[in-house]
Amino acid sequence: MLLRLARRFLVLLVSLAVASVLVFAFMQVLPGDPARVALGMNSSDEAVAQLREQFGLDRPLLVQYADWLGGVVTLDLGVEWVSKAPIAPQLVDRLAVTGWLVITAMVLALVIALPVGTWMAVRHRHADGVLLSAISQVGVAVPAFLAGIILITYFAKRWQWFPSGGWVPPAEDPVQFLLRLALPAISLALVQASMLARYVRSAVLEVLREDYLRTARAKGLRPMQALTRHGLRNAAVPIVTVLGLQLATLLIGAVVVERVFVIPGLGSFLLDSVAARELITVQTIVMVLVAAVLIINFLVDTVYLLIDPRLRVGHR
Amino acid sequence: MTTTPDRARGGARNNPTERAVTRESAPPDAPARETVLTVEGLDVHAGSTRLLHDVTFSIQRGERVGLIGESGSGKSLTALAVMGLLAEGVTATGQVRLAGHDTELLGASERRMSQLRGDRMAMIFQEPMTALNPTMKVGRQVAEVLTQHRTADRRAAARRAVELLGQVGLPDPRAVARSYPHQLSGGQRQRVVAAIALANDPLLLVCDEPTTALDVTVQALVLDLIVRGVEDRDAAMLFITHDLAVVATVCERVLVMYGGRIVEAGPVTEVLGDPQHRYTQGLVAASDLERARTGPGRQPLDTIAGNVPPAGRFPDGCVFRNRCAFATEVCEQVPPWTPRGRHEAGEHASGYACFHPVGSETGE
Ligand SMILES: Nc1ncnc2c1ncn2[C@@H]1O[C@H](COP(=O)(O)OP(=O)(O)OP(=O)(O)O)[C@@H](O)[C@H]1O
Ligand code: SF4
Ligand SMILES: [Mg+2]
Repeated sequence: MLLRLARRFLVLLVSLAVASVLVFAFMQVLPGDPARVALGMNSSDEAVAQLREQFGLDRPLLVQYADWLGGVVTLDLGVEWVSKAPIAPQLVDRLAVTGWLVITAMVLALVIALPVGTWMAVRHRHADGVLLSAISQVGVAVPAFLAGIILITYFAKRWQWFPSGGWVPPAEDPVQFLLRLALPAISLALVQASMLARYVRSAVLEVLREDYLRTARAKGLRPMQALTRHGLRNAAVPIVTVLGLQLATLLIGAVVVERVFVIPGLGSFLLDSVAARELITVQTIVMVLVAAVLIINFLVDTVYLLIDPRLRVGHR
Repeated sequence: MTTTPDRARGGARNNPTERAVTRESAPPDAPARETVLTVEGLDVHAGSTRLLHDVTFSIQRGERVGLIGESGSGKSLTALAVMGLLAEGVTATGQVRLAGHDTELLGASERRMSQLRGDRMAMIFQEPMTALNPTMKVGRQVAEVLTQHRTADRRAAARRAVELLGQVGLPDPRAVARSYPHQLSGGQRQRVVAAIALANDPLLLVCDEPTTALDVTVQALVLDLIVRGVEDRDAAMLFITHDLAVVATVCERVLVMYGGRIVEAGPVTEVLGDPQHRYTQGLVAASDLERARTGPGRQPLDTIAGNVPPAGRFPDGCVFRNRCAFATEVCEQVPPWTPRGRHEAGEHASGYACFHPVGSETGE
């Protein structure tokens, strides 16, 4: 078990290293001189030279890469090229905002999808199961930003139950925090819940056909008891796989939804930095996003080990 | 552990079927035993397709009754109908009664059936490799059937589970209780399933081909422990199998099923030694063990002509008539049940449903 974990951790480290090279290389092959791009086409040659000098853009690529990676690892990210604002504190703040958003959306999606998906499976021959299934099909097709716009139109504009956007940190005012978190989290969660519910449905249907569920019934467990005690843990293996993938897509979805709700998260940060042509900041944010996805994958693998003893303990 | 005890012990003997269990059948004029299971006029349908028709039999306390027939004849459906475990969309009508319970089981609520299952009646299935939950320790899976029926509290159940695992012949039951199913061999897993089934001393044990999936060398050992468990509890047993030799060693009485009906029933020696129904005759000829085993050239067996039709495509009248060499016009009617001799468990315990039984042609 520990050996497997160690091996997977090693794989994670190697993937992170490879990803950092790719991200760095990608930024290098973008056309144009990054310093001039950042300062604008009309900037003076002296200003460009000064920027190159200040940020060491003349050094060999390998040295620049090592310098950047070292900064990322130690969270010593320096300042932005043009605005000269320190990068690390902004990154941490915005990561926290996106973290709240993504995790709330994921938890919400799970809380909806697990019971609904199970219900869809258990009642798949009945009208209510089929109806839920059809609704989830529609839910899958609605993109998060559209859900966001619809939610704003009704809940923020027409009925004014929620603010239409913005952000208040939880420490500052917990009530305002929750009010502002609600709509964007729901718009992200709806699609994910629909998708997840469909996966839960098929995983539970699969498990319902298993012999050990019949054994459980033969032992005197009622159908729902058999399913919850013996089925759900087994159904969890495929569901966790999907969860990992969904967390990754949620991160991407957050970029757009943060725009719609004017939330200062990582997504807005990325878009702002692209607009301001702060290449080093863009590079660092992309690296953080990629690292998040890789780490989620690693965690998914770890959860497998916890769920399925066949991966954990060998034969006697 | 490198070799399973099943293999180690099984290897020492050589014929799996004969050595399994030998027993004397009940003396002919023993006092009537309590009837544990009564099935009367059981019909099973899937939609408009009739899968079982008018299945009637009973099993007495301590009696072991075999249920034989080709694949697709309705053996598993009979067992599942009795247990109330038919798949969704499959419906049963008729009557199923269990001793000590006034309610008829086919109409009983799911709640009531859950109380009986695993407690008063238990079942062992064919496929031990998939019968246990892969993510739960074996000991807990055994203990669960005790706590579910409040036979024991959590701690007592855990202790009792280890005892039960020992009783079904698993070496080092403590270690087995702590392992997951994938760490055990097929034979060991089927022993665990048997321990679960026997845990609450059921009145009735239903076995659906419990050893078919096992290694030949392991089969007899597992059979032996199941039969011993049933004997110790004086329970009734319904034993489904393809293997006539196994029926002969395990059961006292046998039911022959074809096309969703019971076509012949009676003591094993009579039914297998002197079959009356033409289908039973074919079945016995097709598994003539002596000839297959000893014949110098190992003559091929006489197989029953034709194939079992799919469910719902059996002829009306005698379900066997499209494969029967003796069929006549009269066989287009449903053959009535002809009791054979007298049996303490009633006229359905021994008899056949055939217009031209074996031997009838000699008189003409
Ligand atoms: N849920 C169902 N819906 C429709 N038909 C079914 C269903 N379950 C079983 N059958 C049909 O009923 C017939 C009897 O099935 P059953 O499983 O009882 O056979 P069996 O005698 O146990 O055979 P085997 O020896 O192969 O286990 C088969 O033709 C089968 O296809
Ligand atoms: S009733 Fe007729 S068709 Fe059926 S087994 Fe007997 S002889 Fe054959
Ligand atoms: Mg069967």
